[in-house]
Amino acid sequence: MLVIEGVQTFYGAVHALKGVDLKVGTGEIVALIGANGAGKSTLLMTICGNPKPRYGRILFDGDDIVGIPTHLLVRRGLAHAPEGRRIFPRMSVVENLRLGAVAADPAHFSSDLERVFGLFPRLKERRDQRGGTLSGGEQQMLAIARALMSRPRVLLLDEPSLGLAPLVVKQIFAIIEEINKRDGVTVLLVEQNAFHALRLAHRGYVLVNGQIAMTGTGQDLLANEQIRSAYLEGGHGR
Amino acid sequence: MNAVARVKDAALAALVAAVLALPLLGFATIDTGGPLGISTRFDYVAYAALAVFVGRLVFMALVDLWRERQMDSAREAAHDPGKPDRMAQIGKLADRWLLPLMIGFAIVLPFLPFADRTVVDLATVVLIYVMLGWGLNIVVGLAGLLDLGYVAFYAVGAYSYALLQMHFGFGFWEALPLAGLFAAFFGVLLGFPVLRLRGDYLAIVTLGFGEIVRIILLNWQKVTGGPAGISGIQRPSFFGFPFSADPPAGKTAFHDLLGIEYSSIHRIIFLYYLILLLALITSLFTARIRRLPVGRAWEALREDEIACKALGINPTNTKLTAFAIGAMFGGFAGCFFATRQGFISPESFTFIESAVILAIVVLGGMGSQAGIVLAATLLTLLPEIAREFALFRMLAFGMAMVLIMVWRPQGLLAHREPTIKLKPKGAS
Ligand SMILES: Nc1ncnc2c1ncn2[C@@H]1O[C@H](COP(=O)(O)OP(=O)(O)OP(=O)(O)O)[C@@H](O)[C@H]1O
Ligand SMILES: [Mg+2]
Repeated sequence: MLVIEGVQTFYGAVHALKGVDLKVGTGEIVALIGANGAGKSTLLMTICGNPKPRYGRILFDGDDIVGIPTHLLVRRGLAHAPEGRRIFPRMSVVENLRLGAVAADPAHFSSDLERVFGLFPRLKERRDQRGGTLSGGEQQMLAIARALMSRPRVLLLDEPSLGLAPLVVKQIFAIIEEINKRDGVTVLLVEQNAFHALRLAHRGYVLVNGQIAMTGTGQDLLANEQIRSAYLEGGHGR
Repeated sequence: MNAVARVKDAALAALVAAVLALPLLGFATIDTGGPLGISTRFDYVAYAALAVFVGRLVFMALVDLWRERQMDSAREAAHDPGKPDRMAQIGKLADRWLLPLMIGFAIVLPFLPFADRTVVDLATVVLIYVMLGWGLNIVVGLAGLLDLGYVAFYAVGAYSYALLQMHFGFGFWEALPLAGLFAAFFGVLLGFPVLRLRGDYLAIVTLGFGEIVRIILLNWQKVTGGPAGISGIQRPSFFGFPFSADPPAGKTAFHDLLGIEYSSIHRIIFLYYLILLLALITSLFTARIRRLPVGRAWEALREDEIACKALGINPTNTKLTAFAIGAMFGGFAGCFFATRQGFISPESFTFIESAVILAIVVLGGMGSQAGIVLAATLLTLLPEIAREFALFRMLAFGMAMVLIMVWRPQGLLAHREPTIKLKPKGAS
């Protein structure tokens, strides 16, 4: 569904991605893990066309999407919940969701709203509260819900667990799984929380310094000694 | 701040004052009969430094006190995040109640006993600024694009009408849409080069744009009449019935139409209602468009451009429509200005106008329609009232603005009404 081939991205002189190959199959959850500054966010943003890759191809449904402006990709079914939530702080929850539905058929709005409220009952309770006054976890829920409002087939999530309490992280991951299982949304998930991400994901990639260092099923990566020491040390599980 | 820090801070301010006062106050030229002599007045410098020292102490104490109170109320607000601040709540009520009240008052104003010529004229000026404020509010308040050259569109509207009228004999109502269109076109023209700019950079470019338009008007003698401007612009008629004591042959004058005595105030009242109508259209349009996808996209753009793109909003179109529509209302106002004055020149479209309009939007509390009315009234009437103080007029004006911004950095009636209301909680 999403195929990335030899993608290289530069920020001026900074060589952020040095030839990344990655595939996401229809209906999969794929986790992308890596250290700070490895280029995970850059990869997601490159997929969305901002920045553009200097070399390489990005295929979505078989079409090369390099050079297509970000806002048009959403209409093709590619949604991106960017790093740091980026909800609209002065707007209410419902208004945020309404803006998420810009690219979707307005006729679906109320049914879609009910659907995301079904996934996130907390948001329903706070529908008229301003986005900026939500708690961090609620804001993250809103960011995901907002991305879902465009009815994506592929959802790119950048660190949905950032700064959240373990219990809320669990909830968020359960919801990602539900979106994937029930609605068949394909997910490419960037995470620092490698343990949770790899347990949830069908497959995973490890990004080191702008290159894919390792790939395999979630289980394999979880069992891998190197990964355990590099990304799971002192963390959870075991 | 503790006492020592306070004194240090005040001493520093006094030092700066002394340095500044030395050349300004410390020396005076005296007439010695021949060449100018210089006398020294170092005692004045000392007084100035002392005054600043004391003033700074008091000021900082007040600021600290005020900060503390802010913190307290912030802490209170943090306990109950659903509770917005009091003035914002007033702002919310203001748009619901105050605005209709103001409109009602505006409608009856010319018939109130105290409403003589001067009052109606002044009210017309206030309404021009209200309309300009509401127009600029679309760009600055809603879309969050800081525009320091808004007066350019006002000028484009005014000159459009003047030229269309002079060369093609267009009447006001025929020229109005065209003036809006031209201004909107200029809005897009400004929008294109600044698409990638934000904040201060955007402000600088828009400021330059405003000046460019003014300088073109000043120098393109053949078309615009240069500094002399364009005079003899047709004054408005009441849908073809002129306001005139002795109308041209074949025309019925307005007072004959109604069968009343001729009075020069008729035209003034008519102009007043004209701008009231235009301003109301601006207001209704803004209220309506906020609920449409474009308007929502403007506000989203103000909040977070990256998120907008990620959600499928086209930032280019969104910005350009904001510039175009904001400019259009500026153009309408300009068209009105030209017909009211009967004479326009680049003089009327200087940067200070842009600054005043922007001040109205910011003081009003970005986005609040009633707030803009208050601010426009304040900023137009204040200089009039302060005229008594002659020399100190602009000083008082500046002071008032600084005080308001210290008191309410977010604007007089800052608040933002959600554009979507769902069924009440628990329903559905
Ligand atoms: N706009 C930019 N300009 C210049 N360099 C950038 C820019 N954005 C990112 N970089 C650099 O690119 C590299 C990859 O950054 P990226 O944000 O993709 O990392 P990341 O893997 O998402 O890290 P984290 O886990 O901390 O979010 C970093 O070295 C970063 O400094
Ligand atoms: Mg990142």
